[in-house]
Amino acid sequence: MRSVLPILTVLLAIVAIWYAAAVRLNSQWTHDQAARAGVEVSFGEVVSDTLRQERPVLPAPHQVAAGLWEGLAGQRLTSKRSLVYHGWVTLSATLVGFVIGTGLGVLLAVGIVHNRAMDMSVMPWAIASQTIPILAIAPMVIVVFASLGVTGLLPKAVISAYLSFFPVVVGMVKGLRSPGAMQLDLLKTYNASGGATLWKLRLPASMPYLFASLKVSVAASLVGAIVGELPAGASAGLGARLLSGSYYGQTIQIWAALFAAAILAAGLVIIIGAVERGTLRRMGMGR
Amino acid sequence: MIWLWGAVLFWLAAWAFNAWLANQPIARKRAVRLFIPALFGVTLLILWEGLVRGLNVPSVILPAPSAIWTTITRATPVLWGDFVQTILKGALSGYLIGCGAAFLTAIAIDRSPFLQRGLLPVGNFVAALPIVGIAPILVMWFGFDWQSKAAVVVVMVFFPVLVNTVAGLAATDRMQRDQMATWSASYWQSLVKLRLPAAMPFVFNGLKIATTLALIGAIVAEFFGSPIRGMGFRISTAVGQLSLDMVWAEIAVAAVAGSAFYGLVALIEKGVTFWHPSQRARS
Repeated sequence: MRSVLPILTVLLAIVAIWYAAAVRLNSQWTHDQAARAGVEVSFGEVVSDTLRQERPVLPAPHQVAAGLWEGLAGQRLTSKRSLVYHGWVTLSATLVGFVIGTGLGVLLAVGIVHNRAMDMSVMPWAIASQTIPILAIAPMVIVVFASLGVTGLLPKAVISAYLSFFPVVVGMVKGLRSPGAMQLDLLKTYNASGGATLWKLRLPASMPYLFASLKVSVAASLVGAIVGELPAGASAGLGARLLSGSYYGQTIQIWAALFAAAILAAGLVIIIGAVERGTLRRMGMGR
Repeated sequence: MIWLWGAVLFWLAAWAFNAWLANQPIARKRAVRLFIPALFGVTLLILWEGLVRGLNVPSVILPAPSAIWTTITRATPVLWGDFVQTILKGALSGYLIGCGAAFLTAIAIDRSPFLQRGLLPVGNFVAALPIVGIAPILVMWFGFDWQSKAAVVVVMVFFPVLVNTVAGLAATDRMQRDQMATWSASYWQSLVKLRLPAAMPFVFNGLKIATTLALIGAIVAEFFGSPIRGMGFRISTAVGQLSLDMVWAEIAVAAVAGSAFYGLVALIEKGVTFWHPSQRARS
């Protein structure tokens, strides 16, 4: 708890810098307007004007907060302007993709650990794939699915699944291999089968690794879902809000969508962290 | 049909060969360790080619590898122009600026435990956020050319590198620092001669994570507006024209560039942190 004060200081500094930057970046517009109207503006007027422009270059924090509040609470939940609605569209694709990607990742990791040929052939590719900007395929996935007649949630979920897949594979292989030779030998003296070893030793031992990679992969699948909404003129979702905001110069809308996405990501990571603590404590591994 | 069965047969045969090879004693040799994944990759390509030809998959859904290769050889100048625009100008300059800024920030806040305790949780938090979303804002600020892409990359790579460098600077133990103190080393001497070298494995960990982020940032930022070249621009327009062979060609270039970039950083790491156990054990 002793780090609360430093964190608050840093956050306050960020907000202060933000306000200063907002005044500086938006003052150009104010000066132009004043020059066109032929009036002199004092410094105080510049500051007060830069903080409440309609389409500022950089919206001030309170404008973003107002936009966010307006989007979250000021609309009916089904309204096209509600961030809850757009957030839900993105979140549902994220969760479906996350579940699919995690499930397949765990299965592949089990296969890799049990089959030497699979380990030697697939594992280098799984590691190499982490260095590839996979996100670049997102527009193509959307269009290919659209030409097959599938639109909406599924294409985005596929991108999310793909992005969350590899962190889980790499983390789970590490986790399933984490039991030491002594523990494996003990199970051998019990004449345990491969399945029993997996179920009673390897899977429980891999839990800390699984949760570490789940945190990475849930953030990755949210990014995947957002980027999946960018092309092909998707009409709903946080990514679509970002895109339409950038088309029409609605900076407050962009920042509000951005913060909604950040809140969503933070919430998902916090939920997984809570599940992790609960699970590890019940398994006797908690700190 | 002959294509389909041929490909499936080849796949089964290659898989059986790999399974046999992996259980032989020579599987520990380095050449075999490289050969098995290479054969697996080639098998996948042949299976892909066979499935596309055998099932007559239209090229607007999935082009065959041979068609993609034809596009790569035919459109090399276009691909090279996109590569220069996106990777060399956008991603690389942003990567250098962002990593440099993060590194200097880490050293600047090194003397203040107060700032570290404040910045580290914030940095860790920000590193988990979908920062790509900042792309439309930065494209508005810095225009459509590569400068805005570099700015996105700077923001994306900053926090992972910062967090890793700060963790690395804390990686020396008390006894080593006391040793420097008994030699009456100044703050800067112990920083340059003890703590920075000891931080290098952590720094390079951050730098390696940042390579992928840099490419993703540069490509995705182009979806929000770009001049008429660049990989992200080409991907989004080629998708619109349903010329998927061009999309796959760009993805192949991005994959090769990403792996090469990562490999380069890993190579530098090997040279700088030759003393670290993880590097020594491999030779």
